[in-house]
Amino acid sequence: MTDPVLALHDLRLAFKGFTGTTEVLHGLSLSIDRGERVALVGESGSGKSVTARIVLGLIQEMRGAKVSGRLRFQGQDLDRLPKRARHGLRGTAMSMIFQDPTSSLNPAYRIGTQFREVLARGTPGITAEAATARATALLDEVAIPQPDRVLAAYPFQLSGGMNQRVMIAMALANEPALLIADEPGTALDVTVQAQTLRLMRRVVEQHGTAVLFISHNLGVVREFADRTYVIYRGRIVEHGPTEAVFHTPGHPYTRALMAAQPRITGGGVPEIAERDAQYGDPMVVHPTGAAAGAGA
Amino acid sequence: MQAVLRVLLKRLGTSVIVLIGVSMLIFAIARVIPGDPARIALGPNATAEQVEQLRTALHLDQPIAVQYLEFLRDLGQGDLGMSLYTNRPVAQDIAQFLPATLELIFVAGALMILIGLPLGMIAARYRGRWPDDLVRVIAMLGVSAPSFVWAVVLMLVFAFFLPIFPVAGRLAEGFDVPTVTGFLTVDSLLAGDPAAFVSTLHHIALPAFALALSGIGQAARLTRANMVETYDRPYVEMARSYGWPEHRIATRYAFKPSLIPSLTIIGLDFAAMLGNAFLVEAVFAWPGLSRYGVEVILRKDLNAIVGTVLVISAAFLIVNIIVDLLTAVINPRIRYSERAK
Amino acid sequence: MRRVIGILLANPLSLLGVVLVALVVLGAVFADFLAPFPEHRGAVVDFLNFNRPPEWPYIFGTDLVGRDLFSRILYAYRISLMLGVVVLAIAVPIGVTIGLLAGYLGGVWEYLLMRLTDVFLSIPPLVLAMSIMGLLEPTLINGMLAVTAMWWPWYTRLVYTITRGEKEEGYVLAAEVIGASRSHVMFREILPNCVPAVITKMTLDLGFVILIASSLSFLGLGVQPPTPDLGSMVAEGADYLPDSWWLTVFPGLAILVAVFGFNLVGDALRDILGAER
Repeated sequence: MTDPVLALHDLRLAFKGFTGTTEVLHGLSLSIDRGERVALVGESGSGKSVTARIVLGLIQEMRGAKVSGRLRFQGQDLDRLPKRARHGLRGTAMSMIFQDPTSSLNPAYRIGTQFREVLARGTPGITAEAATARATALLDEVAIPQPDRVLAAYPFQLSGGMNQRVMIAMALANEPALLIADEPGTALDVTVQAQTLRLMRRVVEQHGTAVLFISHNLGVVREFADRTYVIYRGRIVEHGPTEAVFHTPGHPYTRALMAAQPRITGGGVPEIAERDAQYGDPMVVHPTGAAAGAGA
Repeated sequence: MQAVLRVLLKRLGTSVIVLIGVSMLIFAIARVIPGDPARIALGPNATAEQVEQLRTALHLDQPIAVQYLEFLRDLGQGDLGMSLYTNRPVAQDIAQFLPATLELIFVAGALMILIGLPLGMIAARYRGRWPDDLVRVIAMLGVSAPSFVWAVVLMLVFAFFLPIFPVAGRLAEGFDVPTVTGFLTVDSLLAGDPAAFVSTLHHIALPAFALALSGIGQAARLTRANMVETYDRPYVEMARSYGWPEHRIATRYAFKPSLIPSLTIIGLDFAAMLGNAFLVEAVFAWPGLSRYGVEVILRKDLNAIVGTVLVISAAFLIVNIIVDLLTAVINPRIRYSERAK
Repeated sequence: MRRVIGILLANPLSLLGVVLVALVVLGAVFADFLAPFPEHRGAVVDFLNFNRPPEWPYIFGTDLVGRDLFSRILYAYRISLMLGVVVLAIAVPIGVTIGLLAGYLGGVWEYLLMRLTDVFLSIPPLVLAMSIMGLLEPTLINGMLAVTAMWWPWYTRLVYTITRGEKEEGYVLAAEVIGASRSHVMFREILPNCVPAVITKMTLDLGFVILIASSLSFLGLGVQPPTPDLGSMVAEGADYLPDSWWLTVFPGLAILVAVFGFNLVGDALRDILGAER
């Protein structure tokens, strides 16, 4: 049995502030196997985005942030890795795509320049021609017509959907084992979002890339993920195969989250208690089918 | 490139309008003064006849609107009138004194950019930590004293107590540099005289630094503020997620986008330098436009005052046009004005 | 308000600023009691004690006619501060009103008013003040006039930029929809949103007015002797460097201390009030 691509065990995060220490994550565990698409779902402020940033090591660089617990990536302990080696994983073995594609690309450089620099992370000293050829191929893969025109453009000259595809292509440029997608496309309109998600699903399948998919949108998760973790106030409250979580949501918070999805038919957004005593119920684990064992 | 040209034309247009406004303003100020400029120029011993003659010569006997039109017509021919103080054409006086002032300002401007921007970059990179506080204090001290105080302090320390730099002048004695551009640093190089070139740098160092200090402070504070804002943008986080080291993020990914808003203000700092040059020149006996300007102002030499102010304002507008062009070149949004979408 | 003061005193740098400003203001207000030689503010001559280095009772030394520099600096502060307050009291209302008009009315008004502002802004501030001052008689009143003339455009620019942004906000539209008058929208709806930025700028500018006024008098275009003035004190002493260093160093430091103090406080206010540019 190979190691999972990512395994978090008892992850805790606390911020030191003026008034003392505030714990944000209270012992979070999850794992992702090779090529597996796993969703982390929760409301804003539940701790899903910081989890993504801990995996990349961005939070650890902030002052006042204290991270504990085990982070294993492809069998190696991330915390034991020297800083340089850890840095070296970013953009090569793991990469991330962000919420708002247009403001996440640097406005001062052409797409081509930014692409070449990403490729140079994986292949130092890559020639300009090789980089252009590779970038063109990648843009082609994410169904961008006229890749050469896009490479010569600045981000503000492209539509949000285009930039989203560019970002996906960049993130996959160095064949990472893990792709973290933080609310991808939330800033885009719904049809474009759906389109790019389908595209992303196809591309990660082709590349065999494992994905940690972070979202508050259950509908999107259902389309995309094999397995789902539900996070609430820094704790995992439910996890299992996506279909199981959807069909038989066990935890009251998951049920509330599903009830909160606006539907085309039905009586609008339901009333949901801001804080329900039942939300503190123990974690619900759905048995995983024939596939590999569920994460610890 | 077309967009850059459009920016240039538009700016030239407004600048001409503004310059006409400046000429009207300064002309109006010069004509509403109490007292008779002709009488002041000739002194108390002149006869009424002589005064009347000068009034006619200066067109002071005509309505102000006519005077202004006459002035504009002369201006069109490059004629700023005669100086009552030097008895020479004002244009000739200014041509003689302006290069030394411009040279001082260019060197100070270079110092401002070369020192101010990196300081601001360091402060933003280490924001909230001691380098940030240190830069903040340096920058604020820089803007907190007028240039003449810095000039005096620098002179006291680096010319008197530690005699490293000369106290006054543009060039050591014994050098003879033929005038080509009026910029001695350039002229000495053109003359193929490296020793003279070193001497010019040696002389310009202290005055230029004194003049640059407040600009350095402003540039550092501004760069810091803009970069701190840029650091919060998603694209910087994206750059981090690709594992670039912090120094590269600072110099490449955060600096360039934040340079664009900084540039405009740096243009305004040049305006301040055109004024502050007067103070620094006075301390270091720098033979620029300053002594001439102060002298003609004290003597109420109307033509010379109007001419000097006009030329300084024109210089300021030109610098701003250059800054706008640079911004247009750096900022792809202007270059490809968003239509391409 | 209490919160603002609390934050001001919490940061060492802004605390330093508050202390410096307090020293300068108290020194100026109570100069009559604090100055060892109050009569030295005028045309006094004491040839027995001229050009003395710092020593008791002349803690900053004496000038070329034997007057106590410390006493003169206190009185110079008084005049500088007064000038600063008067200049801002005239320049700020003018600048703010023009900025509001240009930003809110738009169209021809915007074009004319902003070009007018550009005209003033494209003469380097010091040069404009110098010309006005030189052409008029160098008195305190004219000095205030000259500095005011160069100061208002900066407030116009500031308020104009804010107004342009606020004009599009929902609360302005809401007021317009229920039929509020233009002046109500400008002065009751938009103006309050400019206040933090204007207050911050005024604090910084109190220092900068002192700086500009001293620059004018350094060139001989400011307040005339025997009125004590920091700029002319430096100018007089500059000819006696390096031997009589105290003649320039203490008045120069006095300018630095005052401007630095106002800068620190203004900067802290900007952080607290969240007023950016």
